[in-house]
Amino acid sequence: MGQITLQGVQKSFGPVHIIKGADLEIADGSFVVFVGPSGCGKTTLLRLIAGLEDVTGGAILIDGRNVVDVPPAKRGLSMVFQSYALYPHMSVRGNIAFGLKMAGIAKDEINRKVEAAAATLNLTPYLERKPRELSGGQRQRVAIGRAIVREPKAFLFDEPLSNLDAALRVQMRLEVTRLQKQLGTTAIYVTHDQVEAMTMADKIVVLNGGKIEQYGSPLELYEKPANLFVAGFIGSPKMNFVTGDLAKQQGATTIGVRPEHLKVERDGQGGWHGTVSVAEHLGSDTFLYVDAGPQGMLTARYIGELDLHPGDKVSLIPDPARIHRFDDSGKSIRA
Amino acid sequence: MARMVTTRHKVISTAAAWLVGFLIFFPILWMVLASFKTELEAFAIPPSFLFFHWTTENYVTVQERSDYFHHALNSIIIAGGSTLIAMLIAIPAAWSMAFSPTKRTKDVLLWMLSTKMMPPVGVLVPIYLIFRSVGLLDTRTGLIFILCLGNLPIVVWMLFTYFKEIPKDILEAARMDGATIGRELIYVLTPMAVPGLASTLLLNLILAWNEAFWTLNLSTLEAAPLTVFIASYSSPEGLFWAKLSAASTLAIAPILVLGWFSQRQLVRGLTFGAVK
Repeated sequence: MGQITLQGVQKSFGPVHIIKGADLEIADGSFVVFVGPSGCGKTTLLRLIAGLEDVTGGAILIDGRNVVDVPPAKRGLSMVFQSYALYPHMSVRGNIAFGLKMAGIAKDEINRKVEAAAATLNLTPYLERKPRELSGGQRQRVAIGRAIVREPKAFLFDEPLSNLDAALRVQMRLEVTRLQKQLGTTAIYVTHDQVEAMTMADKIVVLNGGKIEQYGSPLELYEKPANLFVAGFIGSPKMNFVTGDLAKQQGATTIGVRPEHLKVERDGQGGWHGTVSVAEHLGSDTFLYVDAGPQGMLTARYIGELDLHPGDKVSLIPDPARIHRFDDSGKSIRA
Repeated sequence: MARMVTTRHKVISTAAAWLVGFLIFFPILWMVLASFKTELEAFAIPPSFLFFHWTTENYVTVQERSDYFHHALNSIIIAGGSTLIAMLIAIPAAWSMAFSPTKRTKDVLLWMLSTKMMPPVGVLVPIYLIFRSVGLLDTRTGLIFILCLGNLPIVVWMLFTYFKEIPKDILEAARMDGATIGRELIYVLTPMAVPGLASTLLLNLILAWNEAFWTLNLSTLEAAPLTVFIASYSSPEGLFWAKLSAASTLAIAPILVLGWFSQRQLVRGLTFGAVK
């Protein structure tokens, strides 16, 4: 079991409020990603759950029990650090076994569990090596091995893939997701990479300035962003925002349209007119950066190749069903 | 072409390094050579470099006149004792400053170092009087005490810079893994800190071994270490170069051997943090 509940969790360092009251319900077995720009408090929130920092206020419940005064090791969670934080003087076997050894488990059982974990992560040939003799991806696997071998209530991941190169990151992303589903253990994963968030999560927590902006499934966040911040943060390329008269006609202060919901027409009628200033041809997609005069710079995404070049006149027609409306305070207006 | 330049560059820099090394080593070599000469040959002009009458009589005289082993034992006890006590105090101090620093940590460290900026002679009279009234003059305990205090700031600084290099993540990982503070110290921190502890220990052993100001002023015979033993050869009867050289050679021999075998640790210790 690994159900985690946050109730009004606050954290301040002196006069600086890092977490300004977070309420969250994380269901057992789910994969939850904390995402947000740097300095939004996502890592602090994770460390509060881990017990590496003390809360200033509020309660953290694991399976219904308040753990704010429980030391990290007794919370039954395990953590994977950004820097891997492997013990440099121990072999891979020693690293994975350390937690079990501290728990006073019998040697035979430790060996059995370590070998099982190593087999799951394809680390068996490396068990007797030291961390410095391993590649980045292998070190990452050892760090994960150290986490899974203790059979925790939940895994905490602190930007675990950010030190890997792009190709390896995609591969590890799949491995982590598959492993989590296979084990069925609750996982909380911190990242600043919204692609990681969208692809891995069952549910995403978007944080900004120490506050939870929205909590929901990846598609909920994409389709129904609660406010301007979430709308701008989730989705790549970023959502286009238009203010002024056009927005007022829709009864909003700001309207937003995602690049993929702008229909591109050559010299077409209606919609927003503009001139292509940059065109990116990826083969699978074409990204157009269009100078649309009163609407400002707009980004449009076309699936497939579109033979347009800088200077070409286009018109962009927003899909009326996909226009997001926001009020004065930036909150989403729902019909 | 580039290759030739590199080779020439290598030859020149190697030669230069040997030259500098030789210049630094020369006084020691000269001292060792002089210790095997007769008093007359020791200050003969022009000096003879290798072709003189080799003799070991200086060593015999030195051991007869003043008991080398007595002083050597004192040196070992005083240098070893003061270093060990300093380490015992400094490890927890440096540990706490490195891993739970407060706003004042930097100031405390600077204050500690500032005590080394004061010339020791400035406090010689008060310390001497205190030692006399509590009966610590010419005792090993007294010397261990004063050398320990003198080296403590350096020990704390060295250990502090060492501990600071240990990533905090690793200690947090150990905490998540269920290690108590004691086990964290034994299984994680100490093995990672061993090189740092070793070089700090060595350097301070050498500093304490060579310390001549306090040892000369606060001891006469009973607790006198090798520094006093050497000094006794520049005495009222005149300067006996050959015997002085023999005494000095004997005095530096143990620490020279120790330093020779641990030079890698020493260099690492001294440049730690500065060069990565």
